[in-house]
Amino acid sequence: MATQSRLTPAMKAEVNKPPVTKVSPPISLSDIRKWAIAVYWPETPPRLFWDEEYAKTTRFKGIVAPQEFNPFAWPVRRDREFEAGGNPPPNPDGTFTRTVGNANVNAGSDHEYGAYMRPGDIITAVDRLAEIYEKTGGRGGNMVFRVREDRWTNQKGEMVKINRGTTINM
Amino acid sequence: MGTPKVYWEDVKVGQQIPPFVRRTDFMNWNRYAAVNEEFVYIHMDDEGGRGAGQKAAFGMGNLRLSYAHNLLRDWIGEEGDIKHISIQYRGFNFKNDVLTTRGVVTDKRVEGDKHLVDLDLSVVNQEGVNNAPGRATVVLPSRGK
Repeated sequence: MATQSRLTPAMKAEVNKPPVTKVSPPISLSDIRKWAIAVYWPETPPRLFWDEEYAKTTRFKGIVAPQEFNPFAWPVRRDREFEAGGNPPPNPDGTFTRTVGNANVNAGSDHEYGAYMRPGDIITAVDRLAEIYEKTGGRGGNMVFRVREDRWTNQKGEMVKINRGTTINM
Repeated sequence: MGTPKVYWEDVKVGQQIPPFVRRTDFMNWNRYAAVNEEFVYIHMDDEGGRGAGQKAAFGMGNLRLSYAHNLLRDWIGEEGDIKHISIQYRGFNFKNDVLTTRGVVTDKRVEGDKHLVDLDLSVVNQEGVNNAPGRATVVLPSRGK
């Protein structure tokens, strides 16, 4: 039996919306160190990511960030979905109700890298919805896929990263 | 320039690179949530995970992406660069899973002055399930330069 499409005209129109530009705060050495500790936990991360004297002796001539580092975490202006605890949001009594369309899951991503990020860098991201489509899930019902393209440049105009990330709404 | 860990000329197609292994629980997830600001219930609360149709809270896909970067960085060292990486999340990472991130060389080539190596990536749990296949291309130093 064919399942009913969940793609509305409004959802399809998201593809044509103008890109959203975000500018990061200056990257701090401490942000890089904490990122490296978190992703290598419980082992000590490479010195390139936290030891300034050591990093000066490398080809980078200073500390750089792990290439997957996110300088946009902890914005002052809050995303309402994340403020509510993501999807699915809790009910007023703290329980959760599973309904179609209330869960968003990261399905994967594709990253092309350019210049490394360094302490003091300010990164500009230009983000747009590149694709929206749906597929029938294993449990029946349609899942909506959104593919966002996000282009990052640094304050010198150098390409830092081009990312295509896919989320699934289930 | 430091001493390269691996030269392009020494890489063989079919070669497996040393794996990167982590047993994951809230100690890993909470630290990652703190740096990437992923304080969402599906990653913090079993009820939240069940609300998303899973058996419990589950780890962040992006942390597995970092593990794939760690795998490559550990192999290529500071003289190599990750040029491209992609990953697909086909399964979930639950508490106490032991994730083994692996890479297998699928091709090596030269483009301009770049000595490139392509790899297939996998993140396999203790049950042998590859829950995050991926691909990567790295730039390695050459003995000829």
